[in-house]
Amino acid sequence: MSLRSADGGAASGQTAGETAGRAPERRPEARKRKNFLGRQPLGLLFSAPYVIYVLAVLAFPLGYAVYISFHDYFFTAPRVKVDRPFVGLDNYITVLTDPAVQRSFANIGVFLVINVPLTVGLSLVLANALNRVTKLRTFFRVSYYVPYVTASVAVVGVWLFLFQQNGLVNELLGPLAPNPSWLVNSWLAMPTVALYVTWKQLGFFILLYLAALQNIPDELYESASVDGGSKWVQFWNITVPGVRSASVLVTLLATITGANLFTEPYLLTGGGGPDGASTSPVFLMYQKGILQGNPDLAAALGVVLVIGVLLIALIQKRLVGGKED
Amino acid sequence: MSILNKATAPNDENNDDGARRGGLPGGPGRKPAAAASAVEKRKNLGLGSFVLLAVGAFVFLFPFYYMFIGSLQTSPDTSVAGAFPNPSNVTGENYTNINNSINLLKGLVNSGIFTGGVIFFTVIFGLLVGYALAQMQFRGKGFVFGMMLLVQMIPFQLLLIPLYVMIVRDYGLADTYLGMILPFAINSTAVFVFRQYFLQLPSTLFEAARIDGASELRILWQIAIPLVKPAIVTAVLLTFIGPWNEFLWPFLVTKDQAIQPLAVSLANYISNVSATASNPFGAILAGACVLAAPAVALFIFFQRQFISTNIGSSVKG
Repeated sequence: MSLRSADGGAASGQTAGETAGRAPERRPEARKRKNFLGRQPLGLLFSAPYVIYVLAVLAFPLGYAVYISFHDYFFTAPRVKVDRPFVGLDNYITVLTDPAVQRSFANIGVFLVINVPLTVGLSLVLANALNRVTKLRTFFRVSYYVPYVTASVAVVGVWLFLFQQNGLVNELLGPLAPNPSWLVNSWLAMPTVALYVTWKQLGFFILLYLAALQNIPDELYESASVDGGSKWVQFWNITVPGVRSASVLVTLLATITGANLFTEPYLLTGGGGPDGASTSPVFLMYQKGILQGNPDLAAALGVVLVIGVLLIALIQKRLVGGKED
Repeated sequence: MSILNKATAPNDENNDDGARRGGLPGGPGRKPAAAASAVEKRKNLGLGSFVLLAVGAFVFLFPFYYMFIGSLQTSPDTSVAGAFPNPSNVTGENYTNINNSINLLKGLVNSGIFTGGVIFFTVIFGLLVGYALAQMQFRGKGFVFGMMLLVQMIPFQLLLIPLYVMIVRDYGLADTYLGMILPFAINSTAVFVFRQYFLQLPSTLFEAARIDGASELRILWQIAIPLVKPAIVTAVLLTFIGPWNEFLWPFLVTKDQAIQPLAVSLANYISNVSATASNPFGAILAGACVLAAPAVALFIFFQRQFISTNIGSSVKG
């Protein structure tokens, strides 16, 4: 039976041991029953494909990105040896003094200011409502995550149709319609993108909050009710603190999504237009790194972006997480 | 990472809160009759919530309805009346038009291979490592577990350039399925879901099987996997969304339309070709419907498996 033969044994277990960077030697004088590699050394073999995958495809490129950002790096034909001198912070200085890059970071700032509070607020309110309703629950839940599971490329098509100059949204607004229209208006392009992403991602965050709400014991609401606490008081004093850890996660994930923005400025506003008003850092990475052949600048931009996200995440954790133990 | 720790322990925190608030005057159980009426009061609040949810559902679903209506219009009708079906303005031509510019079936097949490949690697290797992390004792287990948690924090934008250099330039995997699949091959969130489900199984079950002399692979295949079938559905659904909807990476890797997933060929149509079409929006919306339909259908069909608790398990720990 192939199952048995694939069972492996000590030899393959040792190969996996080497991969995980552990000493592969077996000790005959192992104390008690405990083997040096653990009671089921085969676990190393079972983990090996995943460990190798993560190291080769995710961990190595992470270091490589930092390497590229500190060198004068350019694309060459495969296996051609060229000199790629160390240039220190040059790439970073070039990137950070580029007005287009500064603009893209300002754009992401606008995006986050609109997207994150809107996401947290709306998903918590809707999840809370969903938690109370018994009728049509499944229908609501499904309709909320349908945008989340749909390809952005597909929904962008409808938004283009809805928000064009003579689209349905402007038809409904009549004289209130902005001119120039939403996606070609340099003041409104980024807010529209932020609104789009909020709408698209909200279903996932509603599910997260819904899971967190299950952990709040019903008795809390009951006793608050007995004490005469209004619905509003209950929401602020029981629900909001009760889902605080979920809120930290939601703000973090919403921020990461925002920093990763690419498809929307590329398609919705036709390449970060008008005039760079909706470019995102990742869009510039694509433009500089791959279209213009400056991977070193793009890598530096990526590093700056990630550091920025980490800083924002730390600040958010302080603000949203509230009391630190 | 501290953020993760915080997220992995919501239960404890809630219990703390519960204990603290339970100690307030007027705690639970003081007046049972009043508590019962409180439950009723909460149910009565249902109406306001219901209206709110209905408005929400309209906002979420309308664009999809409009996508379908628009894809059937002979000429785009952007007036309010255009949002309702109009028999004199219905045509299937948009689907033919978009199919002539980008081969829809080919695009769907490519999306399917890309997504299927990712799901294949995730399920095979994810089950192995998930089982090992949950039910096996071996050296380096903590390292593997820590790595699995940390990997989920790696931002993809940082990997973009080095992966492009490696996969497209160094390994020459441009315009190949493998090049598309590689960065997503094993979904760490799915690994985490597998581990969580395997962890819920009693370890005595596995010890007994081991004493009976069953090999680990046989235990996994014949005992563990049949018990965690819901986990496999959940993990497949979670994994599916990524590659099926992914645009940036396959867009960078594929220049040849014969191998592009539908999301990429449709995006290229939107940004380059549509301007020359007679009814560009009709064609775009027709393509959008074809791209959206499989994902929407799958998630409506399996909605039971995609519920909050499952998502929660992948996040809470």
